[in-house]
Amino acid sequence: MKSLILQTATRSLVAVMLLFSIFLLLRGHDEPGGGFIGGLVGAAAFALYAIAFDVQSARRMLGIRPQMMIAIGLAMAGGAGIISLLASEPYFAHLWYHTDIPGFGEIHLGTFLLFDIGVFLVVIGVTLLVILTLSEE
Amino acid sequence: MSHDLLVALPIVIPLVTGVIALLFYEQRETQRIISAIGAAALLIAGIALLLEVRAEGILVSDMGGWPAPFGIPFVADLLSAVLVMMTGLIAFTVALYSLATMDPRRESFGFYPLFHILLMGIAGSFLTGDMFNLFVWFEVMLIASFVLIALGGERAQLEGAIKYVALNLISSAILLAAIGLLYGVAGTLNMADLGMKLQDVDEPWLVTTIGMLFLVSFGIKAAIFPMFFWLPASYHTPPIAVTALVAALLSKVGVYALIRAFTLIFTQETGYTHQILLVVAGLTMVTGVLGAVAQYEVRKLLSFHIISQIGYMLVGLAILSPLALAGSIFYIVHNMVTKTNLFLISGAAYRLQGTYELKQLGSLYRYHPYISALFFVSAMALAGMPPFSGFFAKLTLVRGSLEVEHYIIVAVALFTSVLTLFSMTKIWTEGYWTPSEAEENDELPPGVNSWPGWNSQMLAMFVPIIILATLSVGMGIFAQPVISLLIETAEQLLEPSLYIEAVIGDES
Repeated sequence: MKSLILQTATRSLVAVMLLFSIFLLLRGHDEPGGGFIGGLVGAAAFALYAIAFDVQSARRMLGIRPQMMIAIGLAMAGGAGIISLLASEPYFAHLWYHTDIPGFGEIHLGTFLLFDIGVFLVVIGVTLLVILTLSEE
Repeated sequence: MSHDLLVALPIVIPLVTGVIALLFYEQRETQRIISAIGAAALLIAGIALLLEVRAEGILVSDMGGWPAPFGIPFVADLLSAVLVMMTGLIAFTVALYSLATMDPRRESFGFYPLFHILLMGIAGSFLTGDMFNLFVWFEVMLIASFVLIALGGERAQLEGAIKYVALNLISSAILLAAIGLLYGVAGTLNMADLGMKLQDVDEPWLVTTIGMLFLVSFGIKAAIFPMFFWLPASYHTPPIAVTALVAALLSKVGVYALIRAFTLIFTQETGYTHQILLVVAGLTMVTGVLGAVAQYEVRKLLSFHIISQIGYMLVGLAILSPLALAGSIFYIVHNMVTKTNLFLISGAAYRLQGTYELKQLGSLYRYHPYISALFFVSAMALAGMPPFSGFFAKLTLVRGSLEVEHYIIVAVALFTSVLTLFSMTKIWTEGYWTPSEAEENDELPPGVNSWPGWNSQMLAMFVPIIILATLSVGMGIFAQPVISLLIETAEQLLEPSLYIEAVIGDES
């Protein structure tokens, strides 16, 4: 089923959805949001693309195998905990880094940003692995 | 090393190993090396943890730095540490063994990442100090083991896997409901906090009812009577390395959860709850071994024996005396070693003769005396003959039961023992002693009984078997240090205030 309307809409929607997923991911740093919900929105963008066009082009747009995405995501999420262990803290006790950027203000970064990005990648990877594999059947 | 690191390592190592193996998804050879190294590291971490716990007492690490009872603590007492070390041992031996026996197709569909994720789930279950977190680790285990059992997609495998998953999902649903009720009653899910709050609760019957729900749920996972039927229906279908791994570890996690719950949390009406446990233990022993008597397929036969031995592991918990509980834990340890080894040996026999059917196996003793010797050691250990490990495990258990005058369970245990000996003898005579039918009629396919020589595959196959057989003998001959360690473990379990103090008192 190829629908010109859907395809045209998808081209612009995908970009918005991907941006929104990253917004959700970063918002999770201090407010409701985070890697899981962001990842779901991101995966929805690719799934929409696969429905409007075809699975092959969605895979091309992804540019990386979903398995690899899961692995990288898990490595980042698990790695965030290991950083705490190396600093002689309990596993996943998050470490904070504060700094002042002139003209921008104070920013604070935690190891859980790394964790969240990991979760983001895992969620996109798992969802797409399932969706793309099933739609190829 | 810091305690936080020691407690976290048994979970972190399999995670890291699994992730690295996943990163090398396309390269089988690399995955194999990573898997073996990761499993060895897990064993070392387990040994280090046990040594530290024995020297320092219970170790606690609050995940994320959130203090108990609000956060999730990971707690390593002696029981957890012993079981984590055993997990490392089984992981290491089975990882080596699977290098020789796993087929390339399964390897390229993610066998090694799954193997290590399963280990992470098991180590997590042994170490967590939070009921809900235990549920989460169970799910990690269930998902990983489901894929491992179904991996390869053979017809029998799928059938087994569906039974396995369906019943385990029911168990998880019951567990979740029980956890919800428990939270409603106590307002906490931290095990130490539960142990403290439920000691002087107004309505002990309510807690006991919830305890029974836990018994059913953990009981399905541990395969106790009458909820064991998923086990023999599914364990014989996957490749032998997977069977050995799940047989050694999964049902033991259920037993561990029972021991933890019924020594720490549900001790309000022991006269009632532990009497039920005792009856169930006896019935589990007898039905398991009777099921085994009827089997002529090695893997099915051994699967039924797992059930029977789960019964022994519950006796000590039901009796709740230090000696009997030590006997039960000895039994868990001994069973992990010998049962794994029997599966590994039957896999080796399959490699040499191409069958698991006792009627078609034959004359193994004549052609491969060394394998036969290894089998003999493990089989006699399982049946409980001196001087092997099983004898002392049973002796401790029986003495513990006699001390508190539970004569019936002693009789049942000894009767079961005789039947176990009988079915081990059956494997020996049918598979190792008498010639197979094909052999009698001179119809053997060429090359069936020839020894392929000591190539690297044979080494990877037999080194684990030899390690485990040596341990079976070693734990028998040097039983004294093992028993004294396990009596210490049992005494720690029977003194819940130690656990509670380590987790909660830590913060004040």
